[in-house]
Amino acid sequence: MAVTFTLNGKDTTVNVDPQMPLLWVLRDTLNMTGTKFGCGMALCGACTVHIDGEPARSCITAVSSVAGKKITTIEGLSADGSHPVQKAWIEEDVPQCGYCQSGQIMSAVALLAKKSKPTDADIDDAMNGNLCRCGTYQRIRKAIHRAAAMQAGD
Amino acid sequence: MATAPLLDRREFLRKGAAAGILLIGFRLDGREASDPAQAQEKPEVNPFNAWVRITPDDRVTLILGKSEMGQSVMTSLPMILAEELCVDWKQVGIEQAPTNPKIYDHGTGGSGSIAGSWLPLRRAGAAAREMLISAAAARWNVNRDTCAAKDGGVLHGARKDFLSYGKLVSDAAKLPVPDLNTVPLKNAHDFTIVGRDLPRVDAKEKSTGAAKFGIDSRVPGMLYAVIARCPVFGGKVKSFDATKAKSVPGVRDVMAIEAVAKGAFTAGGIAVLADNSWAAMQGRNALDVVWDEGPHASESSETLHKQFLENAATPGKVVRNEGDADAALAGSARKVEATYEFPFAPHATMEPMNCTVHIGPDKAEAWVPTQAPQWAQDVIAGVSGLPHESVIVHTTLMGGGFGRRYQADFVMEAAQVAKASGKPVMVLWTREDDMQHDFYRPASYHKMQAAVGMDGALAAWKHFQTSTAIAAMWSDKGEANAAGGEFGTAAFIPYLAPNYRVEYTLARSGVPRAWWRSVEHSSSGFVVECFVDEIAALAGADPLEYRLRLIGDDRVIPDFTNPKQGRPLTTARLKGVLKLAAEKAAWGSPLVQGRGRGIAGYFSFETYTACVAEVSVVGGSVKVHRLVYAADCGRPINPDGVRAQVESAAIYGLSAALHDRITIRNGRVEQANFNDYDLPRIGETPLTEVHVVPSTEEPTGIGEPGLPVVAAAVCNAIYALTRKRVRRLPIRAEDLA
Repeated sequence: MAVTFTLNGKDTTVNVDPQMPLLWVLRDTLNMTGTKFGCGMALCGACTVHIDGEPARSCITAVSSVAGKKITTIEGLSADGSHPVQKAWIEEDVPQCGYCQSGQIMSAVALLAKKSKPTDADIDDAMNGNLCRCGTYQRIRKAIHRAAAMQAGD
Repeated sequence: MATAPLLDRREFLRKGAAAGILLIGFRLDGREASDPAQAQEKPEVNPFNAWVRITPDDRVTLILGKSEMGQSVMTSLPMILAEELCVDWKQVGIEQAPTNPKIYDHGTGGSGSIAGSWLPLRRAGAAAREMLISAAAARWNVNRDTCAAKDGGVLHGARKDFLSYGKLVSDAAKLPVPDLNTVPLKNAHDFTIVGRDLPRVDAKEKSTGAAKFGIDSRVPGMLYAVIARCPVFGGKVKSFDATKAKSVPGVRDVMAIEAVAKGAFTAGGIAVLADNSWAAMQGRNALDVVWDEGPHASESSETLHKQFLENAATPGKVVRNEGDADAALAGSARKVEATYEFPFAPHATMEPMNCTVHIGPDKAEAWVPTQAPQWAQDVIAGVSGLPHESVIVHTTLMGGGFGRRYQADFVMEAAQVAKASGKPVMVLWTREDDMQHDFYRPASYHKMQAAVGMDGALAAWKHFQTSTAIAAMWSDKGEANAAGGEFGTAAFIPYLAPNYRVEYTLARSGVPRAWWRSVEHSSSGFVVECFVDEIAALAGADPLEYRLRLIGDDRVIPDFTNPKQGRPLTTARLKGVLKLAAEKAAWGSPLVQGRGRGIAGYFSFETYTACVAEVSVVGGSVKVHRLVYAADCGRPINPDGVRAQVESAAIYGLSAALHDRITIRNGRVEQANFNDYDLPRIGETPLTEVHVVPSTEEPTGIGEPGLPVVAAAVCNAIYALTRKRVRRLPIRAEDLA
């Protein structure tokens, strides 16, 4: 079945099983590998993308359900790593293995869109669905505060 | 290579590093590792053929021979090369080495990369620098002593001449390589790169989705495969029907693969190959398989616990014995006895296991997220029948390693499927596969006894341990060496009593075990550092003050597990980290109401760490508010990288303290995904401070040594607050009540 959606600003049509999760359409059909597979059950957040601006777990999102919608992945956040959240991640040296960080960054961007000056408690709430086995959580908190300051022009 | 080194990874790594001997020589399926070069000393190589590539346009590329899994060797190891080479760090690029164990000591584990690479990389960088200086001197026809390397070029002070390396490299690479044992190394006072807080070189690609992990490998014409494995360890396929699986759209093939018992330790099973990962998973769901559950189908966590108790009822093999601990205990009025227990724990790397292999008629190529690319090469050579030189292994980034990716099971599976299909294939594990077919941290049980004199001095220490040893996986008889590291490290502690005895008894299990972050130190470190806290309480002493008293005078304690080659424990450095952590945590000062403070200090992987934890206990659950660490890993190459690794090990250790518990029923793992097996999340993350000891000692590792202290510090803090001793991990509500 053909499904059409907007992917990082571009009209995109794929011809796949309508039940196929968006994660695998992105990764295996479109070769957009920045979005990661971690659990397949919306438990770890590695596959987080934005659907019409809202964070969503692409591993449990059937591709048919995103027809006509706007999808943003980590690759679509900026062309060159210049999004304030990405810059903050680099400046705080957040990533270790780096595998979960696409999902962490997508969740953080969504948080900052709703709360421009989140507290630590806001961050813990919003980011609790994103696992990091390297335990970079402390630096994630710092980077979100830094990104918030950057976006506010501090 | 003989079997003995297989039993002890650290000894293995240390010997390999010290002697310049290449790591590996694992025996695969009873076959000796087929490349004799692996067990030989590496020949002296031209650094321009192995470590440094300079092009005429002055681009400098440094080669990374180890695997990057988050621990930042991609930054810290090239820093060492760049330092001796005298290049501007901003100018260098970094490239992963091709898999070639004749040149590189690839194996990455045991917190051994920095310790083992420090001298070899300095020498390689220095040799390249000296060759470039000689080339410049010849070009100018001057005495080479009048030339010096600086910022990617050679300078002649008197002539005010400067030639960049790019203009010299073609001459330099042809010169004889200086003797690496005598090549002049830079004075540490002149270091401009080593010792600086430099940002990770891979932070940007890991923040933009551009970083390529094993799972991101894409090869034209590739298929994606998942494998149905028997859920019971040691079971196999009795029969299967692939009719329904083959009718799933996108499924291309279904095939049985054989289990490989020793070496790769694969389960075998039924592989489903498809056009994409999801179709392969759907195909696997549609398989009808009848399993022969094999000899371990009745094993459970309960039967293992019973075995532990039975083992503890009789004396074990003697690991170390001095004086007469039993007599001293029998004759003492002041004694303490306690038992500690640990379940199996999974690695749970965020990137599930995967491997992509293409085997052609005269060449194989593989993309492997591995800590041991040389082993992957060996496995693929074995399966394909191709010589090692024809097996190209690309080491990819890893979404976590923690010891899991030192194994070659996923490589063996991918090689088997690729060989049978003739196509490029990625074998991909789902989270459930990963959780249920891991090589777990061994489950273990410890019976501790101690006696103190009226003056509080330690009179007797007895440690009985029984464990599903890793070593027993590798030995032909399924036994384990008592003096080997896995049990021997429990006898390599600073609290040496005049009557001192350590024993062990092997516990039998069908559950696969292997190296988990900090290996046996994760459990023996917890036991030793909690039990010494119990002894301090018996003696009525402050836990910090009592530790310092027992550790005693400044002295050097030889490595019990490897007295000749192992690095000894220097008591001054252990006391140093304990005092530093205590000072930074304001040990002894009043705490907020409802909080407790605990301490632990430990030596592992040749590195010293101490941790002070602040906790509260509310409604049967513990909250860790703050961790204050001190770490002494010798000269820190990149202090911020050291801090990051300790922060990481703290969370991994908290995972053991608060969550990690794999249970077995009917021979299989009961947990499957993060719904029934949670990991630490951001809300559980304490404020963590890491104080790195400035040092000029030889640098040692830091990926693992931060782990063993954290659970002990947390449980000692719980005791300080509640007077309850938590003696099994993870911490359970009923143990706090």
